[in-house]
Amino acid sequence: MDAAAKIAVAILVAPWVGGLLKGIDRKLTARLQGRVGPPLIQPYYDLFKLLGKEQILATRHQMAWPAGFLSLTITSLVLLALGQDLLMIFLILGAAGVFLVLGALSVKSPYSQFGGHRELLQMFAYEPILLLVAFVIYKYVGSFMVEDIWTKKALLPHLWPAFIGLLFALVIKMRKSPFDIAASDHAHQEIVRGTFTEFSGPLLAVVELGHWYELAFLYCVLSLFWAHPLWAGALIALGSFLAVILLDNCAARLTYSLMIRLALGIGFGMAAINFAYLYIVG
Amino acid sequence: MGIFDLARLKSPWLLHYDCGSCNGCDIEILAALTPLYDIERFGIVNMGNPKHADIFLVTGPANHRNKRVLRNLYEQIPEPKVVIAVGTCACTGGAFYKCPNILGGVDKVIPVDVYVPGCAARPEAIIDGVILGLRKLVEKGKKLRR
Repeated sequence: MDAAAKIAVAILVAPWVGGLLKGIDRKLTARLQGRVGPPLIQPYYDLFKLLGKEQILATRHQMAWPAGFLSLTITSLVLLALGQDLLMIFLILGAAGVFLVLGALSVKSPYSQFGGHRELLQMFAYEPILLLVAFVIYKYVGSFMVEDIWTKKALLPHLWPAFIGLLFALVIKMRKSPFDIAASDHAHQEIVRGTFTEFSGPLLAVVELGHWYELAFLYCVLSLFWAHPLWAGALIALGSFLAVILLDNCAARLTYSLMIRLALGIGFGMAAINFAYLYIVG
Repeated sequence: MGIFDLARLKSPWLLHYDCGSCNGCDIEILAALTPLYDIERFGIVNMGNPKHADIFLVTGPANHRNKRVLRNLYEQIPEPKVVIAVGTCACTGGAFYKCPNILGGVDKVIPVDVYVPGCAARPEAIIDGVILGLRKLVEKGKKLRR
């Protein structure tokens, strides 16, 4: 597949996959609660409805931040598809998260401010994990380039502690219990809607679309741990997603301090042990 | 029917405001969210934020204390929006009709699209009211685009 085709797939196909993952999430959550649940394509309906709503702005520059969030998330996914530097990709994803925080902080609403600050705490919890996982992969493969990581047969047998660390980052990134402290999905609310409180109509649709790209991105990163054969990696990623949804349904929300302690203690700790092992043994 | 109309029909998000009802209707609204009635089948989600809502469910009579809040919430909901008065109190003032501190039904303060009578309104009636409101929502959406 040449570069143009890869970019086209990353931009055009990925968000629909992310939306479908959300649909599966909502259906599965409903079934776990003994309900029928919405149709699988419900997230697509939500997106188009939001696009068709009136735009209400609290401040004028509020429009810029979701656009930045969306474009940087797309950039990180495209770079991943093109097999570029994993460290740079993670840093660009981090910058996208900062744009979302700035969007929340750009409005004086106390709920939005709360959400923005909590989002920053979440980033403090998962960003170190992502960066250290990139270093662990570098230590094992000898390169940060995704195209080199791609050629390795399987990372998981040697990098499983780092993978567990990555799962912590996944739960936080997917906004799932027990770590959904900044803003959470569908019916369960945290301080109105946290980070998303002041985004409405088309702006919320842009944020949602960015989140779909983010989900597709995370799915691809997880699949990278077993790139040959690729279906095994895809199954591992799907299994991780289903596990996160199960956890979401059986766990209560934790406080932010417990989130940081668990994510940095166990998640970052696992990745650090993996790094130390590779440094000493291999 | 265009994709935006279809999406509006399939994804109504609710905002629920209690003007001071006896909580009978509120309990019935929450009952509609339970697995027995499961309104998420229709894509309906209960939102805590007026800026994300499409449908405004109001219970209880309007009075001098809450009319400001009621109007504020109504104005924060982006167009197209539909207001549904749930229960006899929200429709006309109900048992409190012509009380000195009561203005009357919710329609004394904000325009109401659908009236769901009943004391308390049954969950089935509330769901029917919301589905009726959805048709109005689509019509309003069509007008908005013109």
